[in-house]
Amino acid sequence: MRNDAGGLLIQINTSRAWLPHVLCMSSFHRALWLVSALLFAASLAAAQTVGAARQKELVRLVRQDCGSCHGMTLNGGLGPPLTPQALKQKPAEGLKATILGGRPGTPMPPWGAFMTEAEADWIVNELLKGFPNER
Amino acid sequence: MSARSAALAAITLTALAGCVQTELRGTGDLGVIIERAAGRVQIVDTTRETKLGAVEGLGDLSHASVVFSRDGRYAYVFGRDGGLTKVDLLRMRIDVRVVQSGNSIGGAISQDGRLIAAANYTPGGVRVFDAETLELLADIPAAYGDGSQRAKVVGLEDSAGNQFAFSLFEAGQIWVADLSEPRVPKLTKFKDVGRQPYDALVTPDGRYYLAGLFGEDGVAMLDLWHPERGVKRVLAGYGRGEQPLPVYKMPHLEGWAMAGSLAFLPAVGRHEVLVVDTATWREAGRIKVAGQPVFVMARPDGRQVWVNFAFPENEKVQVIDVETQTIVKTLVPGKAVLHMEFTPRGEAVWISARDDSRVLVYDTATLELRSLLLVDNPSGIFFTSRAFRMGL
Repeated sequence: MRNDAGGLLIQINTSRAWLPHVLCMSSFHRALWLVSALLFAASLAAAQTVGAARQKELVRLVRQDCGSCHGMTLNGGLGPPLTPQALKQKPAEGLKATILGGRPGTPMPPWGAFMTEAEADWIVNELLKGFPNER
Repeated sequence: MSARSAALAAITLTALAGCVQTELRGTGDLGVIIERAAGRVQIVDTTRETKLGAVEGLGDLSHASVVFSRDGRYAYVFGRDGGLTKVDLLRMRIDVRVVQSGNSIGGAISQDGRLIAAANYTPGGVRVFDAETLELLADIPAAYGDGSQRAKVVGLEDSAGNQFAFSLFEAGQIWVADLSEPRVPKLTKFKDVGRQPYDALVTPDGRYYLAGLFGEDGVAMLDLWHPERGVKRVLAGYGRGEQPLPVYKMPHLEGWAMAGSLAFLPAVGRHEVLVVDTATWREAGRIKVAGQPVFVMARPDGRQVWVNFAFPENEKVQVIDVETQTIVKTLVPGKAVLHMEFTPRGEAVWISARDDSRVLVYDTATLELRSLLLVDNPSGIFFTSRAFRMGL
């Protein structure tokens, strides 16, 4: 996860000011603190790593390439519609897993090789809100 | 001719030109290019390799296909949103337009040119229209199971006797509709033809209907001369049990690539073109290619086969030499190559590169680029020579 790792690094660097405090803690607390800091950093990374330029690429990918089965308007084709109305009952985690891993037994292929988890999260979030147009 | 009669003739000609406004021309070298995002088609001239004009207002053309009237004057454009538009290529305007369903995949024109059939996803079925007026003549719901479910219709093809053959994606069925009485279609249904037929074609003689299967390795074949013999499976298990590769865009079977007795088909989930001997319908070879093939199309003389690919290999086009069954050239025409169309006798091929907003014209003898046209997000390219070929 190229972008995740990059984002994580930045988060750890910016939290360097906390290091003296961490060093004073017991090893258990230190571990706990580190784990929660890492989790926090990861969640920030997820929210922050999809830059504007990449978002534009993802919009095109979804409209054009997902659109070849789901329709450019996402109202469905050989694949089901991806409108907020059609997706509202479906949990976001499941949608993300479908994007990244595909659905065996159906024509839905895995897209995990072409995007990070954070990017898949971003796509799911945008789909649930009503996906942006290209222009 | 005296000076006076010449002057008179000139005046008469000017007056005539004033009435007609444009010079007379035929339509045999015309075509249309879909501008998928703009809901517009460009009308092109394949002799001069130029755009002639555009027609707007065709709705959602994100998956659009076109058939032509037998006089080559009208293009029937099937839009994704169920729009069916009859475009006058000479006047460059819409003649008639109907929105005939919620979600459509394509269509066909009957042998006699009088009927237009549209294949629909939502509601799943086929609708048949009068080619002149687009008046609805017949509605064929693709009902299956207990009758309450409707399947998406794919691979709608015309054949002899004003028949249309088509496949039901979810139901795994092939139906043949005889429209010799257009308002009273007679249906013949073939069940359990294989899992998830995704597209189909008919051979140029209109005899064999072949539906590619997505859900299993193989092709379902119906001999339309002998429907009583039922649907047979050909190329069964061509994947030899290997795990299929992911398919990022469905292959299309419409461009039947037939060269001599050999046919060339895209494999599904394999980066291969399958070669089939049409005398025995057995595999006669396979050619490794750059990615998941989408269109596998033979040059009209059958000496070359051109192949484009699904994402992420969709910048490439490969040219196969039929005699040696080897790739002789890999071209990189541009970003997101979606379609290819040969000129009527195949000296050139037009290729759409969607993300570059260009159409490139290649010389098929030298494999060099000869022209470039700016077209907004081009997808399908369709020339009027299709009017005279079954299944196109």
